[in-house]
Formats: sequence, C-alpha cells, structure tokens
Amino acid sequence: MRTLYKISLLVLALLFVVGTVGCASKQAAGSVTIHVLTMDQAGLKPGEIDQIAREFEAKNPDIKVNMEYLGYDFIHDKITTGMAANPPAYDAVMIDVIWPDEFIQAGYLLDVTDRITPEMKSGMFPASWNGVTRNGKVYGMPWLMDVKYFMYNKDMLQKAGITDPPKTWEELVDQAKIIKDKGIVEFPIIWSWNQKEGVVCDYAVLLYGNGGSFVDANGKPAFNNDKGVEVLTWMKQTLDDGLTNPSSISSDENMVRDNFIAGESAFAVNWLFQYSDSNDASKSTIVGQAAFAPMPVYQAGADAGVKGSSVDGSSSFAIMATTPYPDQTWKFLSYLTSNEVQTRYSAEMLPVWQADFEGEALKQLEGATPNNPVTVPAFLAQFPYANERPTVPYYNEASAALQLAIQEALTGVKPPQQALDDAAAKWIELAGK
Amino acid sequence: MNSIKRRPTLQQQDARTAWLLLAPSLVILLGVTLWPVISTFILSFFHAPTGINQVRTFVGFGNYLEMLRDRTFWETIGRTLYFTIVSVGLELILGLAIAQLIHSRPWGWQFLRFSLIIPWAVPTIVNGAMWRWIYSADFGALNGLLMQLGLIKHYIPWLAQPNMAMNLVIVADIWHTMPFVALVLQAALATLPGDLEEAAAVDGANAWQRFWQIRIPLLRPAILVALIVRTVDAFRVFDIVYILTSGGPAYKTMTITYLTYLNSFAFGKQGTGAALSFLISAFTITMALVYIRIFYRPEETQ
Repeated sequence: MRTLYKISLLVLALLFVVGTVGCASKQAAGSVTIHVLTMDQAGLKPGEIDQIAREFEAKNPDIKVNMEYLGYDFIHDKITTGMAANPPAYDAVMIDVIWPDEFIQAGYLLDVTDRITPEMKSGMFPASWNGVTRNGKVYGMPWLMDVKYFMYNKDMLQKAGITDPPKTWEELVDQAKIIKDKGIVEFPIIWSWNQKEGVVCDYAVLLYGNGGSFVDANGKPAFNNDKGVEVLTWMKQTLDDGLTNPSSISSDENMVRDNFIAGESAFAVNWLFQYSDSNDASKSTIVGQAAFAPMPVYQAGADAGVKGSSVDGSSSFAIMATTPYPDQTWKFLSYLTSNEVQTRYSAEMLPVWQADFEGEALKQLEGATPNNPVTVPAFLAQFPYANERPTVPYYNEASAALQLAIQEALTGVKPPQQALDDAAAKWIELAGK
Repeated sequence: MNSIKRRPTLQQQDARTAWLLLAPSLVILLGVTLWPVISTFILSFFHAPTGINQVRTFVGFGNYLEMLRDRTFWETIGRTLYFTIVSVGLELILGLAIAQLIHSRPWGWQFLRFSLIIPWAVPTIVNGAMWRWIYSADFGALNGLLMQLGLIKHYIPWLAQPNMAMNLVIVADIWHTMPFVALVLQAALATLPGDLEEAAAVDGANAWQRFWQIRIPLLRPAILVALIVRTVDAFRVFDIVYILTSGGPAYKTMTITYLTYLNSFAFGKQGTGAALSFLISAFTITMALVYIRIFYRPEETQ
C-alpha cells in the first residue's frame, strides 16, 4: 500500500518537475532565439532568407534566428493563432499591406516609431511606409514593395506575328484570339482567380484600369457600379471565349507562375517573383522568353485619363507587441531590411530604398543581378500606378464577400450585377457594425 | 475497537489508491477537454473579436440567432449533409464489398488487407495535397490518364467546376477513409458464426438470401459503430477542404467546420465561431441519436 502511495507521489512530483523545467528553458540566459514567420511565395526565397539569417547570427552570436515559411494564404491565420499564446509563437511576422488595421486594433503590433532612424525614414520610398503607418505611428519595417505586373511570352507573340504587347485589355483579347486560333496555346491568359486574396488583387488591377474604384469618396462601396460590373462581365467573357484558362478559378499566384513558366500561357498577371522563376532553367521551359509590359487598361479608362493600373502588394515585418525580445528582434529586422542586404539579394525582390533607384546607385542596382536590368525599369514603370485595397479592420471579411461574388459571377451562379450588389450590401453591413 | 473502526477496509484503501493514481490523468483530461468546452460555451454568448485585451460584450443568444437566420449557414449545413450522406453511404457500400472480398480469402487477400491500411495511414493533409496534384488542371494525373485513354479532348480544371468540386472532394475523402470501414466490417465478419449460414444453405437459401437475411443482421452492431464514427467525422470534415479547395469555387465546397474556421481565425469573430462549434455538436449528436434509434436493437443481438 505504502509503495503505491509513494509511486503516485513520485508521478505527481515528476509532473511538476517536467512542467517547471519546460517553462524555465525559455528563460535560459545568454543567447536568445527569435522566431520569425514569413511567406514562401513572393519576395525572397526561403533559402535566401535563411542565408541572411545565418549572416546575422555570425555577426550577433548571442541571437539565434529561427525562420518559418508558409504560403501567403496561410500566414494571416497563423499570426492570429500564434498570438493567442504568451509569449507569442513568433517574435516578428511578415504582414501584408491589408492587415495593419486589423492587427493594430487587435493589439498585436509593437509601436516602433521611436526606433526608426532618420536614414530609414528618408531612405525608403515614402509609399513603402504606407503599409506600416497609422495615425502617425509606425508599426513595422518595410520589406517588399510589390505590385502586380503584366508579363507576356515574347516568342509566342512573335510566332503569332504580333509586334507589340497589348496596351489595352481590348487589345489583349484580340491578341489572345490570334494566339488561340493559331494553336500556339489553348488558353492564352492565366490569372489567380481562386477564392482567396489573389482574385481581389486581379480585380483591383482591372477595376482601376476601367476608371473604377472599390469605394467612393464617402467610403461607400462603389465596385458594384457600371465600371465594376463591366470588368466582371469582361472577366467572365474571356472565360466563355476560352481565352482565359478555366483553371484560373482554382489557381493562386504560384499556380499562375507554374502555368506560365511551363509555356502553357502567353499572358499572365502576377507579382515580380514570377520573372526570376521564368528564367530558372531547372523549373522553366521558357527561359529568356518572359517580358514585361506596362499593365494594360481598358479603352474607356484610357479615354478617361487612366494612364496605368496595378495593385499594391507590399509587405512589411512587424514585431509582436508581446514578444519578450523586442530589441533583439528589432536588430534582426534592421539587418534584414538594410540597404546593403536588400541590394545584394535584389534578384528576386527589389530594395525598398529609394536612393538605390537614383543616379550612380541605380546603375549599381541594375548590375547587381542578371534579372535587374529588366526588373528595375519594370518596377519604376509600374509602381507609380499601384492602387490600394481598402484599409479597414474588417478587411478580411469584406474581401471574402467580394471573392465569393466574383467567383459566383465567373462560375455563372449569379449575374455580375447581382453578385456585386450582394457583396456591396455585405460591406455596408460590416461598416455599420 | 475505536482504532479498528477508524481504519478503512481493504476495499476502501484500494479505492483511495485508485483515485490517487487516477488523479493526475483526470486533472489533465479535465484541463484539456472539459475546460475548453466550457470556456468555448461561455464564449459563444459574447461578441469577442480576436486580439489582446479586447473587450467582450455579452450578446446572449445573439451569435446563435445570427447564424440561424443566415442563409449562408443553412446552405453550408445542406452542403455538409450532402458530403456526409454521399461519402458515408459510398464508404459503407464499398467497405462492405471489400470486407466481403477479404473474408472470402481470395488469392493474395493478406496483401489486399495490408494495402488497405496505406490510405488510412496517410495523414489527411497529405492526402489532400496528393489529390490536389491529381486534380491539377495543367499537370494532374487524372487529366493525363483520361487524355491517354482518349476520354477527354481538353484538360479539365476539375476543382474550378462548381458542380463537380464537392464530388471530387468526396472521392478524395472516400479513398482516405473507406479502408477504416472495410477493416471494421472485416473484423466483425471474422467473428460471425458460420453454422447459421451453413444451416441456411442446407435449407436451400441462396447466397443472396444468406447475405441479406443472416449476414447483414448479424453485422448490424459493427455497421452501427462504423456509421456513427464516420458520420460524425464526415460532418466535421475540415482538412481535406482546407487543402483542396478552401471552400471554393464560389463557396461550393464550403463545409460547416470551414465556415467556423473562417469566422474564428480569418474574420476574428471568436464568439460566432464558438456558437457555430456548438451548433455543429448539436447536429452530430442528433445524427448519432437517430442512428442508435434505427439500428440499435439490443434484444436481437443478445
């Protein structure tokens, strides 16, 4: 009897020991480990960010960096679940340009206004600070300035006897018809129209290129007016005509890239990362064939004075408000986003430092990697036309309603006008809550 | 006399030790199962945005009523029921057929039983990723196969078809979970007494009659177990939808757990998510009760 009693006491004691040791190990003095979450999609490849982290560790032996990579679509929810723990699962996370309002309201992001140096503030593009600044307070470091680009396959256009890429979406349709009729590819255009953020980005590109906008001057939804409906009707028409690849409805940006670099499509709208992959002989069958053109607009938009259109897909790194290591994390983020590192790794992602795009530095940047002579001018041409998606704390739910509406129209479940009206009603309902 | 009275009996001592030994696991069990259930239940009566130090406002049954009045909710329930009925129904038919096959000990039956374990052993998320490649519009094995057989002229974007997507999710789910049903039924078949069927055969009953009149009634308890487990599981399907379609196209594969997940994590509405979780529980418990009502007849099996 007594032995049994002793055994059970021992079990209880063991449980306590395991519990306390488990908690204590986190506080071990000396070196600290910071956990950073970012995306494996646009921007730098995981291997490159890992390299930067190792460089940083070599310079700061007391800080270990543990990087974690996820597809873009999984990051938001990973952040919200990671923040349920204390200390949080991550010390810093990549945040998309559409999340700050929600995350600031939730109290997730550390105010780093006082840590920003004047060199950082004036050195980076003013637009790059938009994604992390609210009411004069800064909540992170700009990391990636990305917009959707229009890319085409030079060889396919040549084969079709087309000399210049399209300037308007109407021209795109004409060219796509020629390419389809000549049997060069079955579906000349590929988009990321799956039921995720990608379809809202592509819709934004088209909507603003038609002179439309998400909301009017009073913040009321405007995408369900004539201009928005025209765009959605046009999208559906390209599907019905077999010009847009029907798999677009289930494709994200990675699948668009896969399709384009496999030589399955002549035109694609995607983020910058698609270009370097198209020239990677280990993955691509179209090395040397991809080219940029300014994003087309609609003829009606052009007539009304719209000169270009794209969507802002920038992202930043933010420090979590509850991290025990704000200083170490800040040190790492400063290194990660430093001008020197960003220039060295500019093959997949262009720097957020404005000075790099001027005078002598520009020549240096263009010579930094084989891709840069093409991507740098493309960026300079497209970035000024980047449009913002609405900055509201309930953005995700609003976006989900719009994603549903677009997909309902594309799959013929609802007519475009009705689908967009339903989404607009949802936006009004959300704004009123 | 007094000292004897105070001394607990051997039985009491044993019981006390048993409780003492059970205590740690009981504490853990209550902590990790009962407490979350209670706190979720409390949460379901609040408007509770995600975040640190967010103010929670009591809304009574507001979250429940909001859902019960929402058309998307009922459409999602309908869709989830479709998924459940079709996938569990087909799993039962296929599972029973395969169990019969193994039971008849054909050549290589051991290999067949072993290979059944493989789909069941694959994690659902891996299964989903695998089927996403199989269904891929541009590079998928399904398109490749149908093309080589000459059955299709063009590659088909399977998961982009609103009328097709849910059925394809069901196929992927059946591949993964049908082995479970087959193994349960096969194990039950192995324990059935053979003399009843022999006697029936002597009396002139053909194989078909023996199957329906003897084997199926005897299998009823095993079928009930498989049905309840699978129905409850199927109604809560999540991972395969998450990885295969994320509820698209146009919500045509949106199931009730995915809607719960969206509300809780993507939209930051924890109260709504909690209410949805309890609505899911209500549905699954109702279904389990219906099954027991229909299939459970203790007087027959005893």
